[in-house]
Amino acid sequence: MIPEIGHFSLILALLVALALGIFPIIGAARGNAVWMGLARPLARTQFLLIAVAFVCLAYAFATMDYSVTYVATNSNSKLPIQFRIAAVWGGHEGSLLLWAMILSVWTVAVSLFSKHLPDDMRARILGVMGLISVGFLLFMLMVSNPFERLIPAALDGRDLNPLLQDPGMIFHPPMLYMGYVGFSVAFAFAIAALLGGQLDAAWARWSRPWTTMAWVFLTLGIMAGSNWAYYELGWGGWWFWDAVENASFMPWLVGTALIHSLAVTEKRGSFKAWTVLLAICAFSLSLLGTFLVRSGVLTSVHAFATDPRRGLFILVFLVVVIGGSLALFAWRAPTVGRGGKFDVVSRESFLLANNVLLAVAAFSVLLGTLYPLFLDALGLGKISVGPPYFDTVFAPLMTPALFLMGIGPIARWKKSSLPEIAMRLRWAFGVSVATAMILPVLLGHWTPMIGLGLFLAFWIFASSAHLVYQRLRGSDQPIITRVKAIPRAWWGMVIAHLGIAVFTLGVTIVKGFESEIAVRMLPGEVAHLAGYDFTFKGVEEIQGPNYTASRGQLLVTKNGVERTILSSEKRLYTVQNMPMTEAGISPALIHDLYASLGEPLEDGAWSVRIYYKPMVEWIWAGCAMMALGGLLALSDRRYRMRKRLAKEGALKANEALA
Amino acid sequence: MAIKARHKRFVLIGIGLALVGLAAMLILNAFQSNMVFFYTPTQVEKGEVPKGTSFRIGGLVVPGSLKRGDDGLTVRFAITDTSKTVPVIYKGVLPDLFKEGKGVVAQGKVGDNGVFTASEVLAKHDENYMPPEAAEALKRAQAQSKTLIMPK
Repeated sequence: MIPEIGHFSLILALLVALALGIFPIIGAARGNAVWMGLARPLARTQFLLIAVAFVCLAYAFATMDYSVTYVATNSNSKLPIQFRIAAVWGGHEGSLLLWAMILSVWTVAVSLFSKHLPDDMRARILGVMGLISVGFLLFMLMVSNPFERLIPAALDGRDLNPLLQDPGMIFHPPMLYMGYVGFSVAFAFAIAALLGGQLDAAWARWSRPWTTMAWVFLTLGIMAGSNWAYYELGWGGWWFWDAVENASFMPWLVGTALIHSLAVTEKRGSFKAWTVLLAICAFSLSLLGTFLVRSGVLTSVHAFATDPRRGLFILVFLVVVIGGSLALFAWRAPTVGRGGKFDVVSRESFLLANNVLLAVAAFSVLLGTLYPLFLDALGLGKISVGPPYFDTVFAPLMTPALFLMGIGPIARWKKSSLPEIAMRLRWAFGVSVATAMILPVLLGHWTPMIGLGLFLAFWIFASSAHLVYQRLRGSDQPIITRVKAIPRAWWGMVIAHLGIAVFTLGVTIVKGFESEIAVRMLPGEVAHLAGYDFTFKGVEEIQGPNYTASRGQLLVTKNGVERTILSSEKRLYTVQNMPMTEAGISPALIHDLYASLGEPLEDGAWSVRIYYKPMVEWIWAGCAMMALGGLLALSDRRYRMRKRLAKEGALKANEALA
Repeated sequence: MAIKARHKRFVLIGIGLALVGLAAMLILNAFQSNMVFFYTPTQVEKGEVPKGTSFRIGGLVVPGSLKRGDDGLTVRFAITDTSKTVPVIYKGVLPDLFKEGKGVVAQGKVGDNGVFTASEVLAKHDENYMPPEAAEALKRAQAQSKTLIMPK
């Protein structure tokens, strides 16, 4: 019964989404206030209906209703409750429902926080979001219904993929989807602006906080995913240039370009058409990413052959959304008009250069991800491009981008002077070059790549320090007052940029100085790595809720002093008879020690891999700083000011009434 | 003065386009030189693979072929597409789902002695899932000789 309620609720949600996609947009075109006014109640109704469907599916998982096909394929009676709930988005159908759910959350959020928008603009934005929702709900109801019944019901479920049975599964997908779907707001703003022909600074100002919010979620989502891969896959890697990762990285690159170009559009009125194009691209890549990961096309392009309707629907949907919005862009963009002029040497130019570099980087990832799929689909052979391709491409593209990051915030809008910038940054340059030359030698060895990485990281540190110093000096007020006087958005930028530096530093050090060994160990044997001694304490058998495991422990000592114990497990998930390695990690600011159990060999010996990962945690710390910078920018006074003004306005109105 | 400004603009756009072109060249070049092709054991046996280049091979691990070296880390096994078999040598820890009789994909080079030296062994994370390359190899071999039965 409950699954039927969920199913029915989805059908109602589709009808509501259709109404949301039709009436407000037509109302905005005709100036019909009643039709425009429908947008907000419809958005809220849609949210309620999808939430009911979502709760129904979660309920089916919680109560182990194996008469529902999706539950039976993605859950099991022995699966712990938290993973049974997370299993809601463990497969194709459920993750689409999560997508639709999050889209309705963003839609409601827009309907709540858009009081300051003109009625027609708000109606169009909510309408466009309704149309996207129609696509997803239609897709689910036609070919990917999570509530489909299984007759006769299964006795027990096939279990959630053991790889996904991890706390990472609870946070990573919702975070990532909040980011993906969040770009739909920027997209809807852009389409609404194109429809209404009002692409001005106000449009950029309204659109900015939403875009930053989505970007923060996406950053955190990717960070969580990378961290999860690091401890779950047992190879000590944190990024594999896997197609699934690339699918989330492309919207991030374009989204990063977008938040910067929005800043220019708001402050200077320039880059309007480019900003709109980026907003369309960011969301299109989010859509593409969702489908790449969730359609099974990556496992095999022939996955479509098993259910051609799914593949066809996806292709048609992508063509309609991407093609339609680009066509609209081509038609309306020429009317946008040009923004303020700027000189060759100006902050606008530097931001434009960074934008182009980020866009080219996103394109290179797209090429590396899609081209092998195309070849395969056309029957022209199977190829793969692995990390070497992406490494070769990214170093030369990101080097100028990171270098310009040091210059951009120092340069003036409109017209700046190179000699003056060079003058101001000469110390930062000197410090970073010196660090790049000396630090690696102190750490053991110098290579050009280590030198380059350290130079870029310290270049951003030093130029940011200069920037902050310049902004704070020359006043008699106490330092706290001076810090508070500067807008939070500016501090957000500084912290996010420092996050990039911390990230770069982490990547450089871990790539340059990591080491690993793979050894055969008998209980009591000792392995040596990076000055530490690892004593194998042997393996014990343990019993988990839905797996059995061999747990091996390594006692870590340095110069005879005990430091930590690494305990790694080799699990066998009984339902799918699938082995999994659980790495033993001792994380620290300076370095991680990482061990994972290989296979049992004869005489109680095991093959063991031990990794020394210097400063690897800085990679995720850098991502967290970027997200923190975004949040700080969101808490800027000008966004709160508007709310306060609105409140004061309401108060005055009340007083007038009284 | 006005002409000069316009002139400057053209030069700039020119430089911009040249740089984007350069980036495109870099990307395509990197793409070209890092493409890894896929071959089946039958193709390897026939010598269709250019010598000295890294490529991927896929198929099933021949049951009973897995042998460990004395160090416990060097492993030898054979990959088959049911028609032809290629011996593989690999030093390192095998992935969790590596099993005799199951699908596998390895990346590496083939030496003069016909032994494939793997730098990487991949087996994806699902009991019933066959790596696409492995499935492809079996399909092609099956198409060539209809008499063989594909192992389950």
